[in-house]
Amino acid sequence: MTEVLSTRGIGARIPRLEARGKLTGRTDYTDDIVLPNMLHGAILGSTYAHARILSYDTTAALEMPGVKAVITGDDYPDLPMGCMIKDERLLAKDKVRYVGQPVAAVAATDLETARKAARLIEVSYEPIPEVMTIDEAMAPGAPVIHEGLADYIKVFDAECNGNVLSHQVLSEGDVNSGWEKCDVIVDEVYDTQPQAHAYLEPCAAIAEVDDAGKVSIWSGHQSINRVQANVAEALGLSMSKVRALTPRVGGAFGGKMEATVQPIAAALAIKTGRAVKVALSRDDDFQMMRSRHGTRIQMSTGATRDGAILARSAKLFYDAGAYADDSAAVLGFGMLMARGPYNIPNVHVEGYCVYTNRLRASGFRGFGNPQVTFAGESQLDELAHKLEMDPIELRLKNVMKDGDKQFGGHTVEVCGLSECIENARDHSDWAIKRTEKTGSERRTGIGVSAFSHVCGLLSTGAIVRLAEDGSVVLSTGAVDYGQGSDTALAQICGEALQVDVGQVNFVAPDSDSSPYNWGTAASRTTYMVGRAVRDAATDVRQKILAAAEIMLETSAADLELVPGGKVQIVGSDVSVSFFDVSMFSLYGAGGPIIGQSTFMYDGEPFDPKRTVMSGFPFSNLGVYLFGAHVVEVEVDETTGKADVTRAWLAHDVGKSINPSAVEGQIQGGFAQGLGYALHEELVWDGGHLINPTFMDYKIPGVHEVPHELFPIIIENPEPSGPFGARGIGEPGLVGVAPAVANAVFNATDTRVRSLPLTSEKILTKIMPDQGKDNGK
Amino acid sequence: MTEAEQFDLNINGEVYPVRADGAATLLNILREQLGLTGAKCGCNQGLCGACNVLIDGQAVRSCLVIAGTCIDREIETIEGLEKDGELSSVQQAFLDTGAVQCGFCIPGMVLSATALLRENPKAGVEEIRDAISGNLCRCSGYVKVVDAVCRVTKNQAYD
Repeated sequence: MTEVLSTRGIGARIPRLEARGKLTGRTDYTDDIVLPNMLHGAILGSTYAHARILSYDTTAALEMPGVKAVITGDDYPDLPMGCMIKDERLLAKDKVRYVGQPVAAVAATDLETARKAARLIEVSYEPIPEVMTIDEAMAPGAPVIHEGLADYIKVFDAECNGNVLSHQVLSEGDVNSGWEKCDVIVDEVYDTQPQAHAYLEPCAAIAEVDDAGKVSIWSGHQSINRVQANVAEALGLSMSKVRALTPRVGGAFGGKMEATVQPIAAALAIKTGRAVKVALSRDDDFQMMRSRHGTRIQMSTGATRDGAILARSAKLFYDAGAYADDSAAVLGFGMLMARGPYNIPNVHVEGYCVYTNRLRASGFRGFGNPQVTFAGESQLDELAHKLEMDPIELRLKNVMKDGDKQFGGHTVEVCGLSECIENARDHSDWAIKRTEKTGSERRTGIGVSAFSHVCGLLSTGAIVRLAEDGSVVLSTGAVDYGQGSDTALAQICGEALQVDVGQVNFVAPDSDSSPYNWGTAASRTTYMVGRAVRDAATDVRQKILAAAEIMLETSAADLELVPGGKVQIVGSDVSVSFFDVSMFSLYGAGGPIIGQSTFMYDGEPFDPKRTVMSGFPFSNLGVYLFGAHVVEVEVDETTGKADVTRAWLAHDVGKSINPSAVEGQIQGGFAQGLGYALHEELVWDGGHLINPTFMDYKIPGVHEVPHELFPIIIENPEPSGPFGARGIGEPGLVGVAPAVANAVFNATDTRVRSLPLTSEKILTKIMPDQGKDNGK
Repeated sequence: MTEAEQFDLNINGEVYPVRADGAATLLNILREQLGLTGAKCGCNQGLCGACNVLIDGQAVRSCLVIAGTCIDREIETIEGLEKDGELSSVQQAFLDTGAVQCGFCIPGMVLSATALLRENPKAGVEEIRDAISGNLCRCSGYVKVVDAVCRVTKNQAYD
């Protein structure tokens, strides 16, 4: 017997709407779909990191039996694409800028033929010196990766020069006078590595063209509207000729927000007139798609003897790789998070986002925040150490509280951070573990991090309808790539209309019919789309009441919705069902019941009187989220290997719509953060990525992740959120790496300021003869 | 490469005539010829476990198995676990525990757990973790996956 699970309402642990199909294997992901007469595509990637394309020879590929089309950049007009800086093309044109960059593509009757034919395309290159690091890219006289940068179309006021695609400044107070009042200052440099998204489903797309020239695209993605925009832009099509559909998506984490292989699949479908599937192999996905930004962060923080933090300055360098994608926003968000969740009166942050000839970097769970939080939260610990103060005490002394201002001037109306820190501290027996050490070869330690994040951004909408039988149809543009948003949104809709989620038909996003939604990103679906769903359902509720008013010959003020899809006269047993209401509206009077809501994030904007901002790509963001992590580690003295043994993960989610899904986000974010903290790293040798497989790029398996991960859900309702909810998609990852680094310091008395915290780095620091460089 | 040959495969208790050359993997045949797409291609290199199936009760990576070597063996895929509309106890436990996120690793994960529990219905946490250690998941942190399997071992006799 299985336990009876609640099927309705906010806070219920409802099994996911789509879980059954995933468990039986019946659910279709893109690569599971087969269309009649479908061709298979393959992509040829660049073998150079930086080179001019001199010519193509496609003869041998075209002569292969089964090959139906070969396309190169030369076959297409110069149509720039990109979400912030329009620096990309459908296929490389004139130049290649990273190894693996799509240069040509083939459509053939089977995948093997397509891949063989792609390898037969001969491209003649003239190599240009490659620029593989931030330092090389910013050096005087460095080869310029995008000669046309100054003239590119940009969607924000970018300060760019040479290989710097975005230079930004954020400043508050007077950092110079701040230093003068500090008794203790820590000044260090922190390095973080590029991390692969490594979603389990490699990128794939199927495109098909109808007789009217309209292209339909099934793909793994995070936004029907971004797929539609990218395909339209890359191929010069009207959006009326591009339809994006949503099969199930096998993870994305930021890596499928912008174009993956959809434009190439569409181009091949248009060229051949047949459906074409392009499904990347794992190593192609590693080399062609995206990564988290590698960074270098110089940071200084100063405090008085009693632990009041008075000043911070930081210089952020983010490696964007070969194309801008959303890098300027990633840097911008890192800048905004550089103060950390603390009230620091004097802060100066300067940032540079730099092109190199590495894989293009993009948003990845945390969006620039994990890097700067690694620096900031490591530095808080170093400051506490210098002050001889407990790291948690120092944090609690400086954290934001209700009504305080974030860096940039937003008012944080509700701030549950102290509660998060205190809960993580108390559940973990912090005070005891901090000092009690084993004398064995495995040194134990415990560390903390505190952090903030944002959920919100841009615009969205929802449409709620009553079907003829009174059941509810919910349409949004929200793509659930695994986090459980379909279910959470159905719960919000169900709560507003007092019906079971089983009565809510959640419609898969389809750009032909779903309302606009920017995308599944920025931890925004529950908060932003949830607000639209709540309001659209409330709109439907009013229309139901208006119909019932006539049907029951009473006033709406005397009516209430009761569970199970009924409208009842208050204090009586006289009611009509949604079925009755629907029949009345369709065949009696009033017309179909359709409710809708659309909005653009409308919170308080930044405060230019308080904060100097230059080159900054946002005018407004969202509501702030807070969390704190405490982790326990064991470090092996012989090998330097650090293992996390337990973790307490406190997050203020406002209101947990579905606690099971919230826990999944917290635990899953932690696991991804743990890989980032300890071992994941994309590595290049010259221009070549040398570990593009799961053999050489290890994502955490079950033995790398402790079973004792304890989510601590704090609920201080967000006034603007749907039933008080905030987002939880990203923050679970943000604080992991610094908490681990701080625990390693507690265990070994050595500070590693470079991610990942590999055995080699730790061992080098703890070896007795290396003791002079132990970070003390 | 050898010429394509026709032979029968026994999958989920049914006989499927297939045609494959000596290089075709079981995963190729399942997905492309038979439309049994529950086994996923996450890496095609035997590293992620998303393509796991059971062969004579053992969880194996179907991307590493040559289809022609499976003649006269009992193959089970995720499609075979549900009986008469009832999920298997492992599937049901994954559903109830909230262990399913993006779902791409889930068929392989469920089959690895199923193989373990058939052999050892009272498996403990460490045995469960060992059994799924070849199945990568990028969403869950594995906690709810392991909890789901524990739910089967603790709450009910395994069937």
